[in-house]
Amino acid sequence: MRYSLFTLLRQGLMAHRGWTPAWRDAAPKSAYRVLLIGGGGHGLATAYYLAKVHGITDVAVLEKGAIGLGNAGRNTTIIRSNYLLPGNLPFYEFSMQLWEGLERDLNYNAMVSQRGVLNLFHSDAQRDAFVRRGNAMRLHGVDAELLDAAAVRRMLPFLEFDNARFPIQGGLLQRRGGTARHDAVVWGYARAASELGVDIVQNCEVTGFLRSGERICGVQTTRGSIGAETIGIAVAGNSSRVAAMAGLRLPIESHVLQAFVSEAVKPLIPCVVTFGAGHFYISQSDKGGLVFGGDIDGYNSYAQRGNLPTVEDVCAGGMAVMPSIGRLRLLRSWGGIMDMSMDGSPIIDRTPLEGLYLNAGWCYGGFKATPASGYCFAHLLARGESHELTRAYRLERFASGHLIDEKGQGPQPNLH
Amino acid sequence: MRIHCPFCGERDLSEFSYLGDADSAEASGAAQSAQQLIEAVYLRANPAGAHRELWYHTFGCGSWLTVTRDTRTHAIFAVQLAKEYAP
Amino acid sequence: MSVYRLAGEGAIQRDRTLSFTFDGRRHSAYAGDTLASALLAAGVHLVGRSFKYHRPRGILTAGSEEPNALVELRCGARREPNTRATMIELFEGLQACSQNAWPSRVFDVGAINSLLSRLFVAGFYYKTFMWPAAWWEKVYEPAIRRAAGLGRASAEPDPDCYEKAHAFCDVLVIGSGPAGLAAALTAARAGARVLVCEEDFLPGGRLNGERHEIDGADAASWARNAVAELRALPEVRFMTRTTVFGVYDGATYGAIERVSDHLPMPPEHQPRQRFWKIVARRTVLATGALERTVVFGGNDRPGVMLAAAVRTYVNRYRVTPGRRVGLFTTGDDGWKTAFDLLDAQVEVPVIVDARAAVGAALLEQASRHDVQVVLGGQILSTAGARALRRVEVLDRDGRVRGVPVDALAVAGGWSPNLALATHLGMRPRWDESISAHVPADLPPSLCAVGAAAGEFSLAGALRSGAAAGRDAARTAGFDAPLVSWQTDEERLESSPLWFVPGSRGKAFVDYQHDVTAEDVALAVREGYRSAEHLKRYTTLGMGTDQGKTAQLNGHALLAARTGREVAEIGTIAARPPYTPVAIGALAARERGRNFRPYRLTPSHRWAETRGAVFVDTGQWRRAQWFALPGESDWRSTVAREVRSVRTAVGVCDVSTLGKIDVQGRDAASFLERIYANAVATLPVGRVRYGLMLRIDGMVLDDGTIAHLRDGHFLLSSSTAHVAQVMRHLTYAQQVLWPELDVQLTNVTEQWAQFAIAGPLARTLLERVCAEALALSNADLPHMACASLRWLGRRARLFRISFCGELGYELAVPARCAETTVRALMQAGESLGVTPYGTEALGVMRIEKGHVAGPEINGTTTAEDLGLGRLVSRHKDFIGRVLASRPALSAPDRPALVGLRPLDPHARLTSGAHLLAAGVPLSLQNDQGFVSSSAFSPTLGRWIGLGFLSRARERLGEQIRAYDPLRNLDLPVEVVRPVFYDPDGLRVKG
Repeated sequence: MRYSLFTLLRQGLMAHRGWTPAWRDAAPKSAYRVLLIGGGGHGLATAYYLAKVHGITDVAVLEKGAIGLGNAGRNTTIIRSNYLLPGNLPFYEFSMQLWEGLERDLNYNAMVSQRGVLNLFHSDAQRDAFVRRGNAMRLHGVDAELLDAAAVRRMLPFLEFDNARFPIQGGLLQRRGGTARHDAVVWGYARAASELGVDIVQNCEVTGFLRSGERICGVQTTRGSIGAETIGIAVAGNSSRVAAMAGLRLPIESHVLQAFVSEAVKPLIPCVVTFGAGHFYISQSDKGGLVFGGDIDGYNSYAQRGNLPTVEDVCAGGMAVMPSIGRLRLLRSWGGIMDMSMDGSPIIDRTPLEGLYLNAGWCYGGFKATPASGYCFAHLLARGESHELTRAYRLERFASGHLIDEKGQGPQPNLH
Repeated sequence: MRIHCPFCGERDLSEFSYLGDADSAEASGAAQSAQQLIEAVYLRANPAGAHRELWYHTFGCGSWLTVTRDTRTHAIFAVQLAKEYAP
Repeated sequence: MSVYRLAGEGAIQRDRTLSFTFDGRRHSAYAGDTLASALLAAGVHLVGRSFKYHRPRGILTAGSEEPNALVELRCGARREPNTRATMIELFEGLQACSQNAWPSRVFDVGAINSLLSRLFVAGFYYKTFMWPAAWWEKVYEPAIRRAAGLGRASAEPDPDCYEKAHAFCDVLVIGSGPAGLAAALTAARAGARVLVCEEDFLPGGRLNGERHEIDGADAASWARNAVAELRALPEVRFMTRTTVFGVYDGATYGAIERVSDHLPMPPEHQPRQRFWKIVARRTVLATGALERTVVFGGNDRPGVMLAAAVRTYVNRYRVTPGRRVGLFTTGDDGWKTAFDLLDAQVEVPVIVDARAAVGAALLEQASRHDVQVVLGGQILSTAGARALRRVEVLDRDGRVRGVPVDALAVAGGWSPNLALATHLGMRPRWDESISAHVPADLPPSLCAVGAAAGEFSLAGALRSGAAAGRDAARTAGFDAPLVSWQTDEERLESSPLWFVPGSRGKAFVDYQHDVTAEDVALAVREGYRSAEHLKRYTTLGMGTDQGKTAQLNGHALLAARTGREVAEIGTIAARPPYTPVAIGALAARERGRNFRPYRLTPSHRWAETRGAVFVDTGQWRRAQWFALPGESDWRSTVAREVRSVRTAVGVCDVSTLGKIDVQGRDAASFLERIYANAVATLPVGRVRYGLMLRIDGMVLDDGTIAHLRDGHFLLSSSTAHVAQVMRHLTYAQQVLWPELDVQLTNVTEQWAQFAIAGPLARTLLERVCAEALALSNADLPHMACASLRWLGRRARLFRISFCGELGYELAVPARCAETTVRALMQAGESLGVTPYGTEALGVMRIEKGHVAGPEINGTTTAEDLGLGRLVSRHKDFIGRVLASRPALSAPDRPALVGLRPLDPHARLTSGAHLLAAGVPLSLQNDQGFVSSSAFSPTLGRWIGLGFLSRARERLGEQIRAYDPLRNLDLPVEVVRPVFYDPDGLRVKG
C-alpha cells in the first residue's frame, strides 16, 4: 500500500480502517538463499538492497526480538559524512547520498533532516586537525566549511562564549549533515524489503550454526533450523557473541554508550553541535526533545545501561558549552551496546568460514552508515567480493597493519 | 559501579580507568610470534558473562587491578593486584 | 473563600496567605498548597493544552506522575518549561504560565489540529511530507517543529548554581509513606545509619491524602510523630523534597534535593538543587503505587481527575475539584473518594462502578447519602467545552443517560510504582491478583515494600515496611525488634476495566502525547504489535511522565486487539531518571570557567608580571608569549622572542613536561624494554633522546632519558602525554614484568624546570651557578646532566635543547620556581635575556624539524617520523613486533618532510593537503598533509612540516598545498625536515 497524502486523506475518511501491516511478520521457511542475522537497520537495509539491486529475494532477516530495538532504536540519530581517512570518507559520503534519496526510494518518511552538523573547536591544534579533515572532505567533493568564532556566534548565540573554560574558536560545519528518525529508518527498510519478498522473522533467536564440512550452511534458531547458502551477521553490539557460536573471535569489544533526551521544548537548537573540549553533542528532535550524548562508559558491557560518572561528564560538557540548558530537564537516559572495533572503523568482510559474512564493528557510528552498510554488505553477499567502498573494511587489516584509525588511539577500543 | 581496591578500599568507578581483557594483556607479554602477538592485541575476549579484566586506579594508588566482573550485570566477583596474579 | 476551598484542617496553613499569578492573573492560596491545589481552589480547571490536538487539559493527579498540568514556571532566565503544577510548592509571588497555547489557553488557535485529528493519527508523518523533497527542511519540518515541543526554554544561561554531595548509609529508604516510615523507624531504632528520601515537601505519602487511623490517632499525625522521632535520632538523615531518580551499579543511587525550588530565589550561598550520590548497603523501596485512569470517551476533559488525587486535594489541601463530582470506579478504593467528598459536603450525584456487584457495606454507606449508584456501569463520554459539564453513563441494561457534573473522579486501579525496581534491568512480574506488575528479580541489596510491592492495604504496608527495616538493619549488624502498629485490616476488592469499549469521542490512553485507543488500534493494524513498537509508533509513554498513568492501559488495549493476555505483552523498561532532572544539577559546579580545573605553571605569577598571554595546553595554562608595551601584533612579539633566543639567550618555563623518576636494580633493563632505542649504553651523567612505542608499533611519545646515578633515571615526556606515559609504564611494571625491581614516581609537579637557551646561555648560567658547577663543554657537554646546589637546595642541570641552540634545562624544587626565574632574568639582564613562550618554542622546533603533538598523532611510526635510525635492531621492546607489519613499512606510506612555499611571502597552513603538481583534485590524488607550519623569523618566510607519500624520493619536487577551507592553494617545495642549522652544531657551542 503506497503512502501518500492522498492515501492518508482517503483513510482519514474511513477512520483509518484500511491500513495494512507495514511489513509481513513472516514465519521462517526451512531454507533461504541468503539469511541475515539481525533485524536492525543494517540487516534490514542489506535485505532491501539484496532484493532491489541484486534481485535476490529469497532472503530472510532473523531477529531475536522485535525489529529495530537494538542500536537502531537507541542511537542519537545523527547522519554525517565528515570523515578524514580515505578508507572511511567515500563510504560515509555514499551513505549520505543514499540518505538524501531514501524517503522516495522507500516510500517512507524517515524525516531525513539536513540541518547541519557543527563540530566546535577550541584550540589551534584542534582547528588544524579539523581543517585537515574538512580539506579531505572537499577533495572528495563533500561539503565542509570552516567557521570562525563570530560566525558560530551568529549561528548559535546561546552557546557559552564569554565565560568558557575552553573558549570556542570556531567550527567545522557540514551543512548536509543532520538527523533522521531512527525508528522510521528501520520500519521503512522493513516495509520496502518485505514488499520485495523478503521474510522478516521476528522472535527468532539464532542459537548456533549448521556446518557442512568447513562451510556454514545454516543456523539453529529458537524457531527451528534454517538452511542457507549465504549467511550475513549484522548484529552490532553482539557480534562477538554470535561469531563465537561459529568459533570465531573478533577484533571487537562490546561497550555501553549512554544517550540522553530532555523534555520536549519549542525549537531551540537548529543543528547538530559537538563540543570539542569535552564529551558532548546535542541536537533537537522534531518532537522537541534535546537529544544528546557523550563518550562511552569505557568498560566491556552487555547491560544496555551505564553509570553516573558518564552522566555527570556529559551534563557538565553540556553546561560548559550551552549554559541555558541548566533548567531543562533530562527526561530519559539509556544505553546501547557498541561494537567497539580495535581501530574505531567497521568491518564488512567474509569470515574465514565459507558462506559466513560479517558486518560489524560500527563503534558509535553505525546509524549514519545504515544505507551504505546495507548496500555494500548486499554487494558482498550477492557477489562474494567486497564493494569498492568497503575494500578497506577487511578483517585481516589488523594483521597487515592497514588500520583505519581516525583518532589515532591504537588498539584500545574504549578510546575510539 | 564500585571497585574494591586492595590498597584503598571500595572506591567509585570514577577513580579508575579501564584497559580490558586481562588474559590477552598477559598473553601479549608472553607472545612468542608475531601471530600470537596480533591475536593477543587485537582478538581480546569479549564474553557476555564473567570477564577477567584490567583496571588502573588512576586517581588513587596507581595500582593495576585484575577484576573479575559480569559484563551482563556489572557485578564484581573478585579483585586482586595485577602484579600478584599467578595463573 | 472560594467555593472550592473546603473547611477543616488539612495540611495547609490558613494563617499564611500567598499570592501568585497564573497567565498573568493574580490569585491567592495558602502555604502548604501546590500550584495545582491553589489553581483548583481558585476555580482554574483549564491549565493547558495538549501536545498534538491542543485539547483543553486540567489536572489529573496530585503527584509527580502528572501528565497534563504542565506549566512554564518563573520567567526570564529562570523560566522552567514543562513543570508539573502538582509538584510546585507555592511561594509568595510565584509566576506561572500555561504552555503550548496561542494566544491563550482558553482561545487556542492550535485547537484547529483537533479538527484535523482524522489526519493526525499515530505515525501520519511517516506516510506523507515526502514531496517535494526540498520541502522537508524548508516547509514541513519547521512547521512540525514549531507545533511540537511543549514549553519554551530560556535561551539565557541558568543564573542559579547547583552542587553535588555524597552520602553513605546502612539503610536507604525511598519514600516516606506508611511502609517507608515503618521501615525507617524499625531500622533507625536499632541504631542503623538510615537515610530517608521523600520527593514531596510533606512526609507521609498517602497518609496525607487518606482518612486512616494508626494506633488510634489519625494517620497524618502518626506520620508527623514518626518523622519527628526519626529526625531526633543521630544516625538518621531525613530529606524531603528529595527524589531518588536512578539506581546504578554498586548500590549507588542518584537523588536530587530541591533545596530552593520552594522559594522565590535561592538564598545567598545556597544552591537551587543538590545532586546526591548515595551509596547504601541496603535499600528499601517504599515508592508506593500509581493510580491508573480508565480509557473512555472524553476522559481528558478538564475536571476528570484520578480518584485518589481527588482525595488528596480534599483531605490534604481541603480543596474540591468540583461542586458536583461524579465517580467512575473499578474497585472499592474509589468509593472512598465519594465518601470523603460527601463528608466534606460536596455533592456526588453518581457513583458508577464497572463491577456488577460490590460489597454491601459500600452500598449501605452510600445509601446514607443522596447518591445514585450504577453498578455494572460505564462512562461512555463526557461533555463540556473547556471544562466538564456532563458525563454519559451507560448502565448494565444498555441505557445511556447524561448526568451533570463539574468533576469526575476516576479509579482505574493501582500499579506498584516500579521504576526504580527496574533500572538495573530487572523485569517485573505480572501479579494476576492485583492485575498489575510487581517488582521481581531484585538484587539482595534492594527490596520493595508496601504498595510498591503490590501490598495495597495500610496494615500490610506497615507490616512489610517494618519487616524490611528489620532485615536491612540486621544486615548492617544491628539487631532490630519488630515494631507493629494497630490499624484497620481493610480489604479492598477491585477488578480492572482498562477501557470502555463503546466509548464515544476520543478516548485517551496517554494524555500528554494525545495517544488514543484508536491510535493503538491503528498501530496493531499496521503491525506495530510489540510493546516497544507500539510505544515508538504511537509515542505512548514517551512524554515527560514516561507514561506512568498510561502504560498499562495501553498494553491492555494492545493485548485485547491482538488476542493476548496483558501479562504476555511484557513491560517497557523505565529509564532513569524517575522524574525529569535539571541538567544543571547533574553538572553542578562544572560549568563555565569551572568546567575543568586548570593548572598553573610554577612561574605563573612571574609570567603575569611580564605581560604573558596564556594558552591552554592540556590541563596547563602556559605562557604563549610575553608582549612588550607597544607590541600590538603577536607575530612580531613571537618573532622578537625567537630572534633573542637565536642571537642571545631566552628563558622558558618547561615545567609542564612530564618527569618520571625511575629507580631500582632493574631500572635500566626495564627502560631497555620500554624504549625503542638503546638505553643500557647510556652512562651515568648523560641524557639521551628516547622514543617510546605503543604495543601496535605507533609512536607513543618522545622525550629524554637522564641517567642520574646507578639505578636511577629521570624520564621526560611531552606535556600532553604524561598521564598516558605513566599509565603505560606502570602497566609494563605491574602487569607485564612484575618480576623486575623498578619503582616509578611521577614527579612532574615536584620540579620546576626552565629552559635557558641561546648562544649566551652558558654565560648567563655561569653568572648564577659557576661556583656550584663547571659548565664548559668538557665538563658538561651536550646531552649531559649534573646535580648542583641552587639557592641552598638540590637542583639538576640538563644540557639539552629543544630549540636547536646551546641550551640547558635547570630543574629546581617547584617552590623555588619564582625565585629561580627572577634570578635568571636578573643575571641575564645585561645579556638581553628574553622570556619566551610556547609559540616561539613551537616556531623554533619547526625550524629544527623536531616532531611534536601534530606529528606524534597516534598513527605515525618511528619510520614515518624520520626517526627510524633510532630504533634498535638488537633488542626487544614494546612495539617492535607490530611495527614491522607490512603496511607499516610500505614505501608509499607518508613520511615526514619539510615544506617551503615557492613564494617566500606566501603563508603555509596546517591542515592543507599535499598533491603532486598538475593532477586533478581528488581523494585518490591526496598524498599527505601539512602537520605544522609557522612563519620563521630566522628565515623570513613560512615553513612547515608535513607527511608525504614516498617522501624520500621527492626532495626538491614542487608540489601543491591545497587548503580549500581557507581558500589557499599554493605551490611548495619538498625539502629536508630541518630548516636551521642542519648539522646541529649550535647545540654543541
